[in-house]
Amino acid sequence: MYNNLKLHIINCLNENIRFDGRKNDEHRKITVEYGISKSAEGSARVKIGNTEVIVGVKTEIGTPYPDKPGEGTIMVGAELTPLSNPDFENGPPSIQAIELARVIDRGLRESEAMDFKQLCIKEGEKVWLLLIDICTVNDEGNLFDASSLAALAALKDMHFPAFDGEKIDYKKKSEKKLELKEEPLSVTVYKIGEKYVIDPTNEEEVFVDSRLTVAATSDGTICALQKGGDSALTEEDIDAMIDLSIKKTQELRKHL
Amino acid sequence: MNRPDGRRFDELRDIEAKAGIIKRADGSASFKIGDTIAYAAVYGPRNLYPKFLQNPEKGVLRCSYNMMPFSGSGERIRPGSSRRSKEISLVTQKALLPAINLNEFPNSVIDIFIEFPQTDAGSRCAGICAVSIALAEAGIPMKELVAAVAVGLVNGEVAVDLSKEEEDLGGAVDIPIAVTTRSGKISLLQMDGMIKAEDIKKGVALGKKACQKIFEIQKKALKEKYNTQ
Repeated sequence: MYNNLKLHIINCLNENIRFDGRKNDEHRKITVEYGISKSAEGSARVKIGNTEVIVGVKTEIGTPYPDKPGEGTIMVGAELTPLSNPDFENGPPSIQAIELARVIDRGLRESEAMDFKQLCIKEGEKVWLLLIDICTVNDEGNLFDASSLAALAALKDMHFPAFDGEKIDYKKKSEKKLELKEEPLSVTVYKIGEKYVIDPTNEEEVFVDSRLTVAATSDGTICALQKGGDSALTEEDIDAMIDLSIKKTQELRKHL
Repeated sequence: MNRPDGRRFDELRDIEAKAGIIKRADGSASFKIGDTIAYAAVYGPRNLYPKFLQNPEKGVLRCSYNMMPFSGSGERIRPGSSRRSKEISLVTQKALLPAINLNEFPNSVIDIFIEFPQTDAGSRCAGICAVSIALAEAGIPMKELVAAVAVGLVNGEVAVDLSKEEEDLGGAVDIPIAVTTRSGKISLLQMDGMIKAEDIKKGVALGKKACQKIFEIQKKALKEKYNTQ
């Protein structure tokens, strides 16, 4: 039965039409909401179709790494909550959650979107840590794009909490915002059969042969890549997938 | 009676409830009370594995309470279960069991997941209110809904639905209560702080009244879901 369904999906993709009527390179409807959690220093909710992801940023004071005494840092975590998908389970982060978190982390970090020096409070002693957590609310496919968009939106929404040099007062937010030099976003391109597809639904995700996540800054410079899926890609595949992804990240920016 | 946010002693914070917010779940709801927001999803009845956990006489109800890492009032909460979240999952399950008929689902499990994107006191009660709506939306046979609220002492006087600000006042007492809405029984009762026995009686009576108001909001949320106009 699965083989028949796969054949059917591939036939449809060859006609450039999908079960929900979209073209192969079309996203579902995207909405971005800022400031959805008062408990977090910055937060955002992204919906792509029925897929819903929320990201919250918390700040803490920590000690810097010995090799970078003048820099704070970021940390990205992802929770694939069992609330959002009947196949997700409670327990330690699954390999899918770890991959998702690390891919988003690299996109943000390697773009040098944030100057980590702005997170330094006292060199060698005190720095800000930005703890970015991705939580899925409803998984109907394409958590990668939703998480990337939500993580960037949450960082844009962020205000540092009040800090008197000793302690953080989480109840009060300061005027100080995070300075972003770049706005890195990623779009993941999936290959099913011989066709490239973006924003797959759960139904389509089952039949993905391979995928390529491309994170790019607003001028189209690539800052991170991740190839996934069981099948290998040709050089032509990679070129085409990168081109499509960069084109789509530019469209995604309009939602921020 | 003097409450920091100017509410009357029997006044709940603003409540918004919505059924069917998570499309993938068999039943779901959100419940917002003041600045506490709970999302609940119900999956099942579905097969229960490993098999030795199955009960051939009736279904199993599993609850999981989890705060999102950024939803606390202070530092980030480490993901994963803690002693606190495990205990709250347990009392949530016990609060709901009297209202649910599990006899029809031998060897099966009904899974309940509660998540909080934002909290400001009263999260276990908000979670129970949300789950109750979600179970009904999932079509699980229920004898009645369950509503829950915290009562306690604010500045030495009995009041309902304490906020975090009120909880943090010196001498505050927190008594979360869940009420089965038709039979009027108490299915969750916890307390911490120092309080006179007569104030507990007063508090429970007050909580039961407040739960009737919550019950109306729960019913409204369920009706709205199926309102086709």
